[in-house]
Amino acid sequence: MTSPLEQKKIRITGPSVVTANRTWDGAVVYRTAQKGWSTELSDSAIVSTSDDARALLAEAAADDVGAVGPYIAPVELKDGGKVKPGNLREQIRAKGVTIDLQVPA
Amino acid sequence: MYAYDELDRTLINERVSEFRDQVKRRLSGELTEDEFKILRLQNGVYLQLHAYMFRVAIPYGTLSTKQLRRLAHVARRYDRGYGHFTTRQNIQFNWIKLAELPDALADLAEVGIHAMQTSGNNMRNVTSDQWAGVAPGEIEDPRIWSELIRQHTTLHPEFSFLPRKFKIAITASEHDRAAIKIHDIGLRLHKNADGETGFEVLVGGGLGRTPFIAKTIKPFVHGRDVLSYIEAILRVYNQYGRRDNIYKARIKILVHELGIEKFAKEVDEEWRQMGDSELRLDHRAIEEVRSRFSYPAYEKLPHMPDELKQAAHDPLFERWRKNSVSAHKVQGYSIVTLSLKPVGGPPGDATAEQMDALADLADKYSFGEIRVGHEQNLALPHVAKRDLPALFKAFDRLGLATPNVNLVTDIIACPGLDYCSLANARSIPIAQELTRRFANHDTAGLIGRLHINISGCINACGHHHVGHIGILGVEKNGEEFYQITIGGRADENAQMGTLIGPAVPYAEVADVIEDIVEAYLALRDRPEELFVDTVKRLGVEPFRERVYATR
Repeated sequence: MTSPLEQKKIRITGPSVVTANRTWDGAVVYRTAQKGWSTELSDSAIVSTSDDARALLAEAAADDVGAVGPYIAPVELKDGGKVKPGNLREQIRAKGVTIDLQVPA
Repeated sequence: MYAYDELDRTLINERVSEFRDQVKRRLSGELTEDEFKILRLQNGVYLQLHAYMFRVAIPYGTLSTKQLRRLAHVARRYDRGYGHFTTRQNIQFNWIKLAELPDALADLAEVGIHAMQTSGNNMRNVTSDQWAGVAPGEIEDPRIWSELIRQHTTLHPEFSFLPRKFKIAITASEHDRAAIKIHDIGLRLHKNADGETGFEVLVGGGLGRTPFIAKTIKPFVHGRDVLSYIEAILRVYNQYGRRDNIYKARIKILVHELGIEKFAKEVDEEWRQMGDSELRLDHRAIEEVRSRFSYPAYEKLPHMPDELKQAAHDPLFERWRKNSVSAHKVQGYSIVTLSLKPVGGPPGDATAEQMDALADLADKYSFGEIRVGHEQNLALPHVAKRDLPALFKAFDRLGLATPNVNLVTDIIACPGLDYCSLANARSIPIAQELTRRFANHDTAGLIGRLHINISGCINACGHHHVGHIGILGVEKNGEEFYQITIGGRADENAQMGTLIGPAVPYAEVADVIEDIVEAYLALRDRPEELFVDTVKRLGVEPFRERVYATR
């Protein structure tokens, strides 16, 4: 739940992805290995070293039209290669609010 | 209601066209996000966790039914069918698409609503008492002054790039419903010994990571001089306010560091140099704005109509009436507060269907007018007492008759980590759980007035510092924890709450609050002693003992 504003201080300690919000609608997106964006966490490029993370972030940040505010976010790799958000903030971004809304989401 | 003139309408429409062009250039890549950010913020557009968030101003908390229906339309057409009323008389839409925002703004502009200066380092929406113009004993309608300040400060070049955001609130009643003491400038309308109307001016209030209660800088400023005096304050702030450190940029820090006497001296010198400027409001200018507020043609009605006497036999109606219906300045009428805090619901949210239905009821029962209060509830300001039983039934069908106004489940909460990119912890699920724990309205009634405020981070959008019980979400090693304060209040006796002990984990918050309430019930010296008064009398220690003895 560390704010993205603190990113510069972060060195990754485990598998990570680069995430942002899509410019035209604000949707949560993840940087892919194909240098594009996907709304699916499972499509994301996963990095495991600080150098790779910074490189992926720099490459993603260059696409200012596609997405806004890219930052590095931790993920967990489950058995079978499934990718899960690494903290509550990212879980909420990936899956939506944790509350029952009065209207269909 | 205030009727916008041609100048206002032109201004709003021009702003829509301008923003449409800015969005187009952003989406084409002509503008970078760095270039665009300040432009979107000036139009109330934030980027949150899931989407853009669009904050729309409801100046001094007054809405027409036409405007409320249009907000419902925006919720339905451009968002996910609901909106969130905030603690500063705004409404926020959480799922809006940038590409569609210009259309949403254009739809709102047709009914005189805009999002100018609802974010950014400028003068924010000038807020006021949601009972303005109808509260018994009020000096005069404070919205007239809110509107004069709104007109003067909207797009004012000197106030468009302040060191930090700037918020003004105005009250004209003895009981402060506008929380003026936690604003950058608070204005309390009153009369001096000569019977002239003017303002006690308070400055430097605010919450966030460095909370301060506002201090009186001038006990009386004549109404005609209020614009020039505010301008003098803003000039001093503009000159000396910190721009190098966002955490020290609010005027409260400047007032604190200079001291109120030195700050006041600077303001007085600036004010003296301004002299008898064009900012002095003449009688005609004030009356021009006053004349654009229309008031209902009230009927002459009995104090106690037969309909009310008959309905008094219905205990559910009576419980609701006693809780949610307040005295009106005109005999035979009432002010009705609508709780947006249903058991298990997110505080302050209203669906498009509720907004539309409420607009119909306001047309039928409240001369087409709705009010928005900083407690995240709504009000119908002009309801004939004879109509209260029918209105109650209609509210009940809509889920808007929860009889918990000012009670333990009338919780103020920020959006928290479920929506907000700044939050460290969730607010809404804590509020929902607490409303379930205290779901019995009779029990809540016995507990009496008790305000719980929840913020998901130190920025304090849920005003936790001034909650009778304040809950602040923090992060500890990746987990949500919550600090609990007690004894705060946001009214005319505003003060910050006191921390009772170490933060508790998410799962224990509701238990802790139950413990605190149980302790209060055991400690109060009579049923009428409010929670906040018991804390004042005994201090926090008995509550600390109760909470931490077994933890």
